Parts: sequence; C-alpha cells; structure tokens
Amino acid sequence: CVKDLDQQPYVQETSASVYAKAENYKKVMAKVYASLAIGGQEKGDGNADLSGRAANAYLRIYFNVQELPTDEAVYTWGGGDALNPVQFINWNTTDEWSSAMYYRILYTVGLCNEFLRNAKDDKISKFTDAEVADIQAQRNDVRFIRAVAWSHALDLFGIPPFITEDDPVGAFFPPQIKRADLFSYVEKELKEIAAALPDRAQAEDGRANKGAAYALLAKLYLNAEVYTGTGKYTECIAAANEVIGQGYTLEPTYSKLFNADNDKRTNEIIFAIQQDGQNTTTWGGTTYLVCGPIVGSMAATDLGVQSGWSSIRTTPQFVSLFPDVTGATDTRARFHTDGQSLQINDPTLQTDGYGLTKYTNKTDAGGNGSNYAEGLVDTDFPMLRLADVYLMYAEAVLRGGTGGNTGTALNYVNLIRTRAYNGSNAGNINQSDFNLNFILAERGRELFWECTRRTDLIRYGRFTGNTYLWQWKGGVKDGTSVAQRYNVYPIPAADRAANPNLDQNQDY
Amino acid sequence: QPTNRTVTGTINSPDSLPLSGATVTVKETRQSARTDDKGQFTITVPAGQVTLEITYVGYAPGQIIVAPTATQVSLVMKRPDNNLNEVIVIGYGATRKKDLTGAVTSITEKDFNPGVMGSPEQLINGKAAGVQIMSNNGSPSSGNTVRIRGGASLSASNDPLIVVDGVPLEIGGISGNGNNFLALLNPNDIESINILKDASATAIYGSRASNGVMIITTKKGASGPLKVTFNSLLSMQTVTRLPEMLSAQQFRDLINTKGSGAQKALLGNSTTDWTDQVFENAIGNDNNISVSGSIAKKLPFRASLGYLYQDGLLKTDNLKRFSGSLVLSPSFFDRHLKIDINLKGSVNDNSFANQDAVWAASAFDPTQAVRTDKPEFGGYYERIDNAGVPVVRALRNPLGLLEQESHKSTVRRSIGTAEVDYKFHFLPDLRAHAIVGYDIAEGEGTNYVPDYAAAQYTRGGIQNSYSQKKTNKLFTAYLNYTKNLPGLKSRVDVTAGYDYQNWMATNPAFIDYNVKGEVQASTPADSQRHVLLSYYGRLNYTFNNKYLLTATIRRDGTSRFNKDNRWGVFPSLALAWKIKEENFLVNSDLISDLKLRLGFGVTGQQEGIGNYSYLPNYTIGNEFARYRFGNTYYQTYRPQAYVSDLKWESTEAWNAGLDFGLFSNKVTGTVDYYYRKTKDLLAYVSVPAGSNLTNSITTNVGNITSKGLELSLNTTLISNNQLTWTVGANATWQDVKITNLSLVPDTASPGSFTGPEVGSRGLQILSPGYAPYMFYVYKQVYDNKGKPIEGMYADLNKDGVINDKDFYRYHSPMPEFMLGFNTQVTYGKWSASTVLRASFGNYVYNDVKANQGSWETLQYNPYELINLSTDYLNTGFTARQFFSDYFVENASFLKMDNISIGYDFGNVWKNTARLRVGMLVQNVFTITKYDGVDPEIQNGFDNSFYPRPRTFSLNLNLSF
Repeated sequence: CVKDLDQQPYVQETSASVYAKAENYKKVMAKVYASLAIGGQEKGDGNADLSGRAANAYLRIYFNVQELPTDEAVYTWGGGDALNPVQFINWNTTDEWSSAMYYRILYTVGLCNEFLRNAKDDKISKFTDAEVADIQAQRNDVRFIRAVAWSHALDLFGIPPFITEDDPVGAFFPPQIKRADLFSYVEKELKEIAAALPDRAQAEDGRANKGAAYALLAKLYLNAEVYTGTGKYTECIAAANEVIGQGYTLEPTYSKLFNADNDKRTNEIIFAIQQDGQNTTTWGGTTYLVCGPIVGSMAATDLGVQSGWSSIRTTPQFVSLFPDVTGATDTRARFHTDGQSLQINDPTLQTDGYGLTKYTNKTDAGGNGSNYAEGLVDTDFPMLRLADVYLMYAEAVLRGGTGGNTGTALNYVNLIRTRAYNGSNAGNINQSDFNLNFILAERGRELFWECTRRTDLIRYGRFTGNTYLWQWKGGVKDGTSVAQRYNVYPIPAADRAANPNLDQNQDY
Repeated sequence: QPTNRTVTGTINSPDSLPLSGATVTVKETRQSARTDDKGQFTITVPAGQVTLEITYVGYAPGQIIVAPTATQVSLVMKRPDNNLNEVIVIGYGATRKKDLTGAVTSITEKDFNPGVMGSPEQLINGKAAGVQIMSNNGSPSSGNTVRIRGGASLSASNDPLIVVDGVPLEIGGISGNGNNFLALLNPNDIESINILKDASATAIYGSRASNGVMIITTKKGASGPLKVTFNSLLSMQTVTRLPEMLSAQQFRDLINTKGSGAQKALLGNSTTDWTDQVFENAIGNDNNISVSGSIAKKLPFRASLGYLYQDGLLKTDNLKRFSGSLVLSPSFFDRHLKIDINLKGSVNDNSFANQDAVWAASAFDPTQAVRTDKPEFGGYYERIDNAGVPVVRALRNPLGLLEQESHKSTVRRSIGTAEVDYKFHFLPDLRAHAIVGYDIAEGEGTNYVPDYAAAQYTRGGIQNSYSQKKTNKLFTAYLNYTKNLPGLKSRVDVTAGYDYQNWMATNPAFIDYNVKGEVQASTPADSQRHVLLSYYGRLNYTFNNKYLLTATIRRDGTSRFNKDNRWGVFPSLALAWKIKEENFLVNSDLISDLKLRLGFGVTGQQEGIGNYSYLPNYTIGNEFARYRFGNTYYQTYRPQAYVSDLKWESTEAWNAGLDFGLFSNKVTGTVDYYYRKTKDLLAYVSVPAGSNLTNSITTNVGNITSKGLELSLNTTLISNNQLTWTVGANATWQDVKITNLSLVPDTASPGSFTGPEVGSRGLQILSPGYAPYMFYVYKQVYDNKGKPIEGMYADLNKDGVINDKDFYRYHSPMPEFMLGFNTQVTYGKWSASTVLRASFGNYVYNDVKANQGSWETLQYNPYELINLSTDYLNTGFTARQFFSDYFVENASFLKMDNISIGYDFGNVWKNTARLRVGMLVQNVFTITKYDGVDPEIQNGFDNSFYPRPRTFSLNLNLSF
C-alpha cells in the first residue's frame, strides 16, 4: 500500500509529461506569446493567470500605463477603474495599474524562463534531430518575448527584480538589477537573438523574426540615453537598417494596419500581438482598443462591434498636432467631433474631448469581424512596424547618430507623410522642417495609441516638468508640472514587502 | 405456585423532598407506575427477588433490589454525577469521562441547540469553550465555519477534522453543494458531538489534527421495546438587517445637487427599494421519524427518515433534504462478537439564488422602476445602450437576476460503515476492532438563463450542466488490550492499529453552452486522488485509580508531498491526577470532584493544499485561448506555480487543565490553559515577483504561537420536583502571534501581504511579532467635527511624505474573548431555555462602505448611476480610500442565538404516547457597534453579505 502514496495527476499534465513530447514545446511557446495577448486560459481571460488587476490582459495594462498619462488619451471611468492616479500622474507605491503591469511583466519573464529551463540541450537530447532543431529555434522566440517584457520593465520601472532560466521556481528573493545593467542584458540578448532568428521570408507567420529583434533593438538604442545616460544613436541606425534590409514596405492604406484583417499586413507590421474573436479572446487587448474609444454618438456598428464602452477620448493638445480635424488632409486624423467638445472640462464626461478611431473590427471588405455580438475582436496589435522604424532612424540621425544620412531619413519620413496624405505629396516636408520637434509630433500623428507616447515624451524631456502641458496633466484642467520621479513607476509596495532585496526608485 | 404481591414505596430527592412523576419499572415484567405528588407509588411484582428501576428527569437512574419478602421500599435519587461514568468516544476507542487525560468537550443530544438546523455543527454553537461556529451567510445552503481554539494554521486550513462514526471526512464541498458538505447529515440522527481540543487528545489523528477533531456519533438501536419518535418543526425566517444605502429621495437629492447634467438626466421617476424586491420571508419545515428497538429481541436496530424544506431569504433560494439511516447492531457468541452496520444516505435538492442580486440590490439606482411595459429582457428594467443592447458591465436588474435564472443541483451522499468488534474467546481482555467504511457523494446540477435575460444577453443565455463524484474509502483495524492488575493497583489499556484512507474526486468534462447550444467555454475532465497511510498506538495506564497516563504515537504518510517530506511522526503524552481520590479530599463534601491534567503533543496539518501542489503542473488552455502560428491555432500549456518542497505544518501543543465539581457536583467546571507553537505554517501570501509563476501562493511561511484560557462552568441552581434551573457558561481568551516568517526573514520588510485584495494588494499582513491577519492600513486624520479628511493620513514615520512606510497594523478579525451562556428552566411541564454568545476584540473591514461610499463609484458607464452607501453622507469622499483605518470597525458583539419555550404534555392518549410542543426564536438579537449587516463575518471582510435570518419556529415531538 505504501506505493499508493505515489499519486500522479490523472488529467492534469505535469512538466514531466508535457516535456516528454517534442510537439508540446510549441504549445508552451504558444502560452509565452499568448501571455502578451490574453490574461488566462479560457474565453475572455477566464481562468486568469494572476489575481487582482493583474488578471487583466497584458496589453490593456500596458496601454493604460503608456497612454493614459499622456496627451493622447483621457479616460472616462478613472474613478471606478482606479485609473485616476495614472491619468493624473500622481500615482504612489500602491497604485493598482502600475503594480499590475509590474507583476504581468515578471510573470511573462517567468513563463519564458520556465520554457528555457526545460529546453536546455541536455533536456531535449532525447528527441530526434529535427525536433531538437525545432525546439532550439523556439528558444529564440521565447528569448525574444522575454526581451520584450524586459524592455518594458526597463522603460517603466528601471530597476526590477532580475531572474533568468538559471533561477529556481519557489521561495527565494530575486536580486534587483540596475537600470544600466538591465539595458546591457537586453542589448546582449537581442543581438544574439537577432543573429539566430530566421529572416522575415523564412519565419513562420505569427512568430518573431530577425526584423522583430532588430526593431526592438533599435527602440532600445533610441532610448539608451534615458536608460543609461549614454546615447546609442549610431547603433540605433544600424539596427534600423537591419530591419529595413529585411524588405518591409509601407502598407498603402493606413487604416488597414488596424482592422480585423491586419494579420495580412506583414508587409509593414514586423511584430504583432495577435487576437481573434473566436480563438484568441480577451477583453483586455485590442478589444479594449476597439470598444473603449466608442463614445457619445459614435456608432459601434461602424467599428464592427455591437456596443462600446465610452472610455477613451483625446486631449485638445493632441488634436492640435493635425492640420485639420476632418481627415481631409491628413487621413490619420479620424476624429469624432459630433456631440463632443474639444475642451475637457470634466474628464469623467465622455463628451468632453474628441473621440478618435484607430482600431476597428471591420474586415478589408467592410464586413464585421468573427465575433460581432460579443465584441471580441479579430484585430491584432502592431507592436513593431516599419513606420516606427523609419521614424526611429530619422530621429537617431537628427540626434547625431552616424551610419545614416539626412536624405534617407527625410525620404523615410516623407514616405509616411505621403501615405498619410492619401498618396499626395502635399504633406511632404523639406530639410528645413526636419527637426526633433517635428519627429515627436509626427510620432504622435503616426503612432498614437500604439503604446509609445509616454516613452517618447520622456525621451524628449516633456513628460514631467512644465516644458509641455496638456489638459489634465497632473490632475489640473490646463495641466500642471509634475515631479521628475514620475518618469518611472515605483516598485510596488507589495513587492518591497515580499522581497527585501528591493530598493525603491528615487523620491518615491 | 408463587403469587404476585404488591410493593409500595417512596422516592425522594437528596433534599428529602418527594419526587412526583418518577417512573418506576419492574425490570422483570416491564410493568411500570408513576409516583404521586407525595412521591409514593404502588406496584405489583412477581414472587421472589425483583429489581425496580426508577427514572426521573434531571437525576441519575436509580435501582432498588426488593427482597422476596419486602413490601415497603424507599429510595433517595441521586443527581447525575456529572456523567462521570459516561463513555466518551475519543477516536479509535472510547474512555470513561473520569479517565480522560485530554481536553475533550462532549455534548450530547440533551444539550443540543434546538431549532432549524441546516447543518449539524449548529447543534453545539455556544455550548463549548474554545469552539467558534459561524454560518457562512444567510443562505440555507451556505454551510458553517468551525474553529477550535482559533485554528492553528493561517490560511492552509483551520477546519477541524470531522469524524463521523469512525470515518474521517474530507474537508471541502462537492459540486452542487458548495461548502456545505456536512449538511448532508441529518442533525436529528446525531447522538453526540465530541470536541477533542488539545494535542494529547488529537495526536492519535496525527497529520490532520492540528485544528482539533470533531467526533460525531450517530444514534444506534437499543434493546428493549419498539420506540417510535416523530418530530416536526415549522419555521419562518425574516430579514434582520440590510446595508444602509441611500433611499430614492436621498439619491435623487444628491444627484440633483451635485450631479452633472447628464447624470441628472439619468434619474428615474420611481421609488424602488430593491432590497424589498429581492428578499422575502422564508418558510421551512423539518420532519423526522425514527424507530428503534430490537427485532425478535436479537437484533437491535434504529431506522430514521427525515425531510427538510427550507427557503432562503433571497428569492428562489431553496434547500430540500431527504435523509435516511439504518443501524443494525447484532452480537454473537455471547457478545464476544459485535457488529455494527451503519448506513446513512441523503439527497439534497438545492435551488441556488444568484447571490449577485444581494450586491445588485444595494447598488441599483433606487429611482428606477422594477419593470417596463415592454417585452424586451423579460419585461425587467435594464440598462440599454444606444445600440439597444444591455450595457457592457452595467448592473443588471436585481429581481431579474433571481427570477430569470435557474441554478439547481442534486447531491446524493451515502456514508456507510461495517464495524466489527471481537473479544477473543481465549483472551477476553484482547479485542480486535475493524472498520470498513465508505463515503460517496455525487453532485450534479444545471444552470439555465434564457437568451433574452440581460445578464447573459451577449453570450445568448446559459444552458449547462455539471457533475462531480467524490469517493472516500477507509480501512481501519486495531487491537486493544485492557487489563486490570489489582496486585499492582494498575490498569492498562493498549491500542495499536493501522489506517488506510483513499480519496478520489472526479469531474467529467464541463461544456458551457448558450441557449442555442453554441459552446461558450469548456473545461476538461479532471480526476484527483490522494492517499493517507497511518500507524498508531495508544497506552492508557492508571495507577491506584488516582494517577493516569496516556501516551500516543502516530506515523502518517501522505501522497500530497514529495518523497522526502511525506512521512511524519506525531507523539503525545498526557498525565492526570485525580486529586479527589486522595485521602485528604475523598470525604470532602465541598469538593466533589477534582482532577488535574497535563498534556503535550505534536500534530500536523495538510489540508488546504492541492493534491499535486508540489509537482509542476501544466494547465491546458481551452479553444478560446489559443495562439496562432502559421495557419494553426495552438492550445497553450500554462505552467502553474508550485512549491516543490511543500511540507506539513506541525504544531507542538501543551495543555494544562483542571476539572472540578463542588457541592455534590451541583457546580461542575473545567479550566484549560494551552500554549501552541506551529512550525512551517502554510499560508496564501504574495510571492516575491519573479520567484514563482504567480503573484500569490500557498506555501510554508513561518512559525506562530498561540495561547488561550478556557473556562466552562455548569451549575444546577435549583432542583426539586417542580423546578429545575441550570446555568452553563463558558469563556475563552485567545492570543495568537507570528514569531517569524521564513519567507521574509528580513526585518526591513513589514511582512507578507495576504487576505482579500483591495487596491493593489492584500489588505492584511503577516508580520513577526504580531497577530496574523492584522489590517495594514493608514491612520485616518479627522477634522474638528470628526469627519474623515479625504486622503489625509497620519505621517506615522514623520518623514514628511505619506507613502507605504506610513501603513500600520490595526487589529485583526480574530476575537480576543468569547463568551457563551446558556440556561434552562423546567417548571412542572413547562421548560424554557436560551443561548447567548459574545465576542470581543474582533474587527471587520466594512467593504460596503469602503467600496460604495465615494462619489467616483457613482458611474461606470454613461447609461447608469449606482447607488451609494449612506456613509457617503458622512465622508463625502470623492475617491475610494481603501487603506483608511476608518473602514476597519470594531465588530464585538453580543448575540442571543436562541430562546425557546416548551410544554410537555406527558403521557397522552391513555399513556400510549408522549407529546411535547415548543416555540423557538433563533438569531433573536445582536448588540454591536459594527455598522454593517452582521458583525460575524468570515475573515473579517464584509462585502455585500447575505444576511443571516431571524427564525421563528414551532415544533412538536411525539413518541410512543
């Protein structure tokens, strides 16, 4: 009877049973990718990975912490959803959403490490050569996702706890890493991964390729000065060139980058978080970005869903980046002005501030996505795309990077402008307009609501302080200066209680 | 030919008062008579020596041996000697109460609480020191939480081990019965509930004994004439208290004063008290019949049937229980071989109200009408957006949540044992005892919500069914050797045995459909098992009938831990000294009983942990959570968090106790002091980010000490033939402290966050040097009118900023003192009783106020307003202040649990039957400063509580 004490699960799989089959590695890798897209193992983030606000999907949290504190977005339900501290830039160490981001990021890193621990050469040597090769390739994918998560930690928190696949799972205290050290680690990882990942043409659809690794590396270099104090603009240009060398081209129609069929835009989109109304379902990914901005008299059905959430509008400062609000000149200006006031007297009123449509659940043919009734959308989130890389290249050139040239940079910018102006070169700029301020504004116009605004404003020194004010910055209607500490989010009080190795970011 | 003769006699009380109405029975002929008001009787007896048996309520049974020639007898009845000869089941055997060495409270049927009992634990609520029993909420199917000595664990499990007729039950519920597993036992079939409190008493149960053991023994058959008992109870439940939300008028005034134009436009024209809509008076009845006796004078048996019907206060809540039991107790070979066959079965039919309606009713806009005159959404008023569909995330009509939904379940459970006891023919001092037992439960249920109901509109309604089966198999065998050694003035009683227990739970795959039959979600089938193996032994040694020693040891092996951690040894030792038997006391009239007990033992705790938690498990995602590579959507494998070196919690406990009786045991009592140290506590805590695959996990976190003092006193104030008055009281003081946290050894850290998550973290904290589960909050600053100032907190570390360094530990949900009081008066045929309970030092976080008392929660979408707590009028908070100590309230209370009055008609219908009737009120009143619905809240977190009912009932008891 003593043998009866060796009970094994009958239905659940254990790591031993999962990793006994080579094909299961891909399903574990699928979870690694899915951890950016959905918050759990069932429909609409059901059977959540984590608890509390961290039960939300990664992208919803990431959008909230990257966009709501900026000029690009105003959130209606800041009170009920506890988003006021984020949108008014007065969060503290118990802030719910930045804390959720922190745990989400480290959870994703943990998933990646778990895969890598079980995919070491000695663990997979029992498989056939072809299987071993597959798993070895998957290791690069997983390291790429891990690099994405670490780059967010670097950008948002600066000094997170640090873990690798060589750490155990269990009760221990991860050490804290310095921001510059984390930068070097991500840089080294991305260089190795970029060398190992397949070219764009060879990569399986939906998975990371060389272009993705170089694009992320370019972004890392562009912000190196913020992270380490030392600019790496030359390296940024080199990485951008690697991406462009993969043969990407701009998608002719801007709006098709953000619709239900945007999984087909592999010409421009380098790396996307995928979503699907039947198969990859979440309330927190692009569902949030399609339904959330449906406000006032805007018709949900025009966006391919049954109903909207009245959550997200934009500030007059963002509106003023565009030459006019009709979209007649710059087609990216898709404002909803009917019944909306430009000025925001009260952030909790969905009619204060212009509405804006970017993401839709409409197909190329004008139909609805696969799950109109529930509003679970098919739209993927373009995390890295060519237009961003062009603008990074241009900015790096302007910031003194070598290895590129102004003419090429200007050309890249004007390719984006021409598309925005519906194929007309009326919006093209010349050398005299080509400066850093223009690039920041253009990044706003081109990349709004793509989770890059907070990072961009920080790089330009305009997020904190009073250089740039927008409505409700700092919780005041006309905007007010906020303290410099807000350039990073704090280490959550909960984790500092749980892990004595952790220091706090400055001034929190 | 010998002839009958007549015997006359007198029966008196110890105070020399005549006892009228005593029953005198001739043992040989079973003829009986009653004493008159002078205490005299006359009875006919056969020739020769005969024995008369005398019984009288409140006295020990008496006996008179009548010599062949005697015609005149008398007897002074004795008060029961505190039932010292009563045999108490203690686990793997029984002992006489006077030989007990451990802290054991035994409560038998005569002391059970009367009234409506959804579940057996409530029978003894308030009756035992150191035992806290709390119904989880007011639903008839809610179940109870039991804590013996406050529980030794943190969050793994503080539930005691429950043993029913020798079968240790698995903790936890079954699909379709939530947490109310024990409700499948009919309280009317229970004879006694014994609580083993200290480690010397519980250690024989080893790894499951840290939280105490509750031994439930059901009624058995008895030899003698057939006896039929019929009980019937009719009850009505009413609502006591509801959360205080703004009335329609207050709400309207508030919005009109402070709301925006858009908000004013949302106000309706009606006045609706939504709580009135969802709650109603609930009726119930409980009927039981039992037959016991002996078949052909050979086969003692007892059979019973019961039917309970109980509505809930929340509309559509209902519980029906059919139960039956059969006990056969034959014996063979001149009683050398005794067999007990015990079968119990029950079928519970539940209808569950959607308890979201409790919250919805307090939050729904009171200016809206209940119904519309339109057919959409079943005619219920709902929030519709401009596309004409129910608003995402809006509150749904509270009444619609009840009336439109159907959630039903049927749970069948059977517990059976075959118990064999064999006294060896060649060595009658040696007994072999074996139990083969099973406990099988099957739950199945259905959910249906029509597709037009707003609550499930987007998914097109709900139509699904689920089931679960749990099987617990048990084999126990032990040998017992008992020998009196008069030469050595000694008595030894040795037991050694072996247990095997195997649990299995199986859930078939669950597929969640909408009304059209489209799959909405699915969960794969699951099967979970665990096994416990045990070896145990016990020695009871008595010297000179004064000095008692009990030593036990148990070795347990569980399948829940890895090979290195799975075996544990649990020893105990207890000594007792019957001081009363010493020469200097043996003749004392004042001190009628005195015994000192000392005990030490080690026990374990392994509940509240998954069956495979030490293994790295993987969860497969379902078809709605896949990810695409190429043209294929891949299901995902999620690694679950795990702790590979999970191990037992182990508790070392010391106990010192004194049992005493005064004035011929008119006053009896017990004092116990205990001290416990629990190592390797299992608790659900936040983990350091990155160290595991989750943000919170159950793991071994540290050590804790607890101590307590328990006092219980029972007195008979008056006892004569007309009037008896007894009073019982018990008091408990308890104190628990965390001594260290291995998870966060660094003193720089305040501790581990735990408890319900509010804001960004668990509300409570575990910190070394403090009580567990203290609320970790800011100290609210008040203005000179006593109003809390929003966001203004005391700068406790005086560093000029208010941040997480200014949190402090403010009280815990655990009471420091608990008091129980009961009294019973019998006057002639009338009787009355009441039970009161008090608790001091327990605090509750009023989440209804915290979460619903600020302006920001008024609106979550443009289509609806949400009602606020009246506390908003006090605070005027704009944003929720989750971490303000303002919301941590003193929840000390005094409750009258029940009050009853009964009348005993005595023998009726020409002495063929006996009839008693009674009236009873349960949950009579509560005195407390706590501002929420009920101060007795599990875990101290009050979040829209389903109120406990006040119950009025009538009962009738007929036996013949």
